[in-house]
Amino acid sequence: MHEHIITPRHRLLDIDLKGLWRYRDLYVMYIKRDIATKYKQTILGPLWYVVQPLLTTIMYMFVFGRLAGISTDGAPQPLFYFAGILLWNYFSETFNLCSDVFTANAHVFGKVYFPRLVVPLSSATSNLLKMFIQLCLFICIYIYYIITLPAGTLSINWSILLFPFLVLLLAFHAIGWGLIFTSLSTKYRDLKILVQFGIQLFMYATPVVYPLSAAPEKYHDIIALNPLTPIFEAFKYSALSCGSLDWTGLLYSAIFMLIVLFISVVVFSKTERDFMDTV
Amino acid sequence: MSIAIEFDNVGKMYRLGRVGTGTLSHDLNRWWQTSVLGKDDPYLKIGQTNDRTTKGESDYVWALRDISFKVEQGEVLGIIGKNGAGKSTLLKLLSNITTPTTGCIHYNGRIASLLEVGTGFHPEFTGRENIYMNGSIMGMTKQEITRKLDEIVDFAGVERYLDTPVKRYSSGMTVRLGFAVAAFLEPEILVVDEVLTVGDAEFQKKALGKIQDVSQGQGRTVLFVSHNMASVRSLCSRGIVLHNGTQIFNGYANDAVDTYAAQCNVVERNLITENILQKMDYLSDLRISFNGTEQSETTILGNQQTVELRIEGYTSVPVDVAAKVIFKTLSGTPIMSYAEGRCTGILEHLEGHFSFVRHICLPQYHAQGDYLIDICMHKPSVLDYFYAKDCAIVHMQPSDSIHGYALKLSHEGAFSMLSQK
Repeated sequence: MHEHIITPRHRLLDIDLKGLWRYRDLYVMYIKRDIATKYKQTILGPLWYVVQPLLTTIMYMFVFGRLAGISTDGAPQPLFYFAGILLWNYFSETFNLCSDVFTANAHVFGKVYFPRLVVPLSSATSNLLKMFIQLCLFICIYIYYIITLPAGTLSINWSILLFPFLVLLLAFHAIGWGLIFTSLSTKYRDLKILVQFGIQLFMYATPVVYPLSAAPEKYHDIIALNPLTPIFEAFKYSALSCGSLDWTGLLYSAIFMLIVLFISVVVFSKTERDFMDTV
Repeated sequence: MSIAIEFDNVGKMYRLGRVGTGTLSHDLNRWWQTSVLGKDDPYLKIGQTNDRTTKGESDYVWALRDISFKVEQGEVLGIIGKNGAGKSTLLKLLSNITTPTTGCIHYNGRIASLLEVGTGFHPEFTGRENIYMNGSIMGMTKQEITRKLDEIVDFAGVERYLDTPVKRYSSGMTVRLGFAVAAFLEPEILVVDEVLTVGDAEFQKKALGKIQDVSQGQGRTVLFVSHNMASVRSLCSRGIVLHNGTQIFNGYANDAVDTYAAQCNVVERNLITENILQKMDYLSDLRISFNGTEQSETTILGNQQTVELRIEGYTSVPVDVAAKVIFKTLSGTPIMSYAEGRCTGILEHLEGHFSFVRHICLPQYHAQGDYLIDICMHKPSVLDYFYAKDCAIVHMQPSDSIHGYALKLSHEGAFSMLSQK
């Protein structure tokens, strides 16, 4: 048997890694729940996972491509927008779920203890599976363009190997920011309202629907400050040969992510101890 | 025996009122005082005891204060108290859902808390999927659940619905399923909060039996919160009573239940007549005295053989009446009565101003203890002229016994029988 002590005091970095490992089956159950229950009792079922980005791409082609006439740096419009949406959807959905962990799960957290980090981690993972389905569609469109376009217009370069790393970077950015926001919004609901529209606006501060090169010179540096910028640029560079592969940018993004992640875990573990009193 | 749980001066403070604009300023002030100036938390000092009926001066209350007790391994501890006494807060602290403001809690082994059954059930999931979901939330591994799946399904009695989404279940079935999962957890410490009030009688019996098995058969420690005194008596070996966040009793379960019952039944109205629930309109100026007093609290002495019941008043309609006095335990179970109308059929005719007096013989060997009484004037099986429920508390002193032992209500019952001479 193991002796436990519950006290008002706590350490700064109080993550229960052993506990997380012990609850790995719960992590799997949460992933299963996220995926299996989302489209239950719908006719299209998991097809919705691809319908949504497809329609969004068509809409972006119309609004940003036709009406606004923003350049795609030579890449075919559908691929360019789809690539942006693929990553952005993953980021924003993971962030949204994580930033609502405490309030959305208050009924469960208030009744039983388990390491709370299980929930945001499983959300990030189930979104990963969803992104994988969308990636398959992306590859289909990609193959179509390779066949129809003259050879050499579209080529993959070696940097595609960075893709898993880019996704991981994006995932931990989303988790980190999400955890910070959910921890603070247990007490101050203002943040929840801010997040709802803030994330929509943030998309325009990230090169999702435009290439960084299309931004006017004076805004260029500001957009480059956004730690997500190098990730989106690198992906478009490796798959569509537009954008740029900026190593310093990626390093900056990674360091930024580690700092945010550290702060978020500290704040989260402090909050999870008594958020039930304020939520 | 080793100690399974130890509470050491545990306190929990809550902020009352709305969490809003004031929060930020209090937070900043608290941070300034504790982190920068290194003083104590300014808001901890002004916390008050948690009496919800009176208005306090402070925004902060102690939901629990200075709670200290130990539970040995294998013991079943009952926690009782009125609503708002702090029972659930105590369980939440132990279950790690929120942290104490002061003090600390030590425990040995894995805790499973059943503050609610079916936590994490998803309506779209089938019964089987929810067993896995709920089980893993409670800390079971997938393997453990698979091993016990048949037992769980059998205990819940939902075999037929196992692959149907839980949203199609009746509420009773959902609860049974939830409890079944919890029942097959194998924690060293089980925390149960009032979850058995739902479900039918058969299931409640089954659930209580299961808890008994867990503690006696498997030597696990159980903390049990309930308002059902009968189940506390039958399940628990020890009990603590909470009142407004403080611990007012810690001892045997039976005595804990008595303490709680006495506390709940403090008759608040002072006169017997003020406790009349219903009365015919033609009765007026009622004065009722029992044992020589109109007050709702009286003591019957040990050597006393009769007790006087006197009812005076005015009736504008002629009536034929019989009196009835019911003696009950503090938890409300009737145990003896004076019922002349039912037993002998004698009715007394009353007109205008009346004075109705009876000298009631007490049983020869009545037990010491506190009783609640109902007084009623009625025409048996026809109508009640008035009914005063729980109208007085009677402290019965022990009847004289040559052997020097006084019978106790909580041990031997209300009175004792004799054998044929």
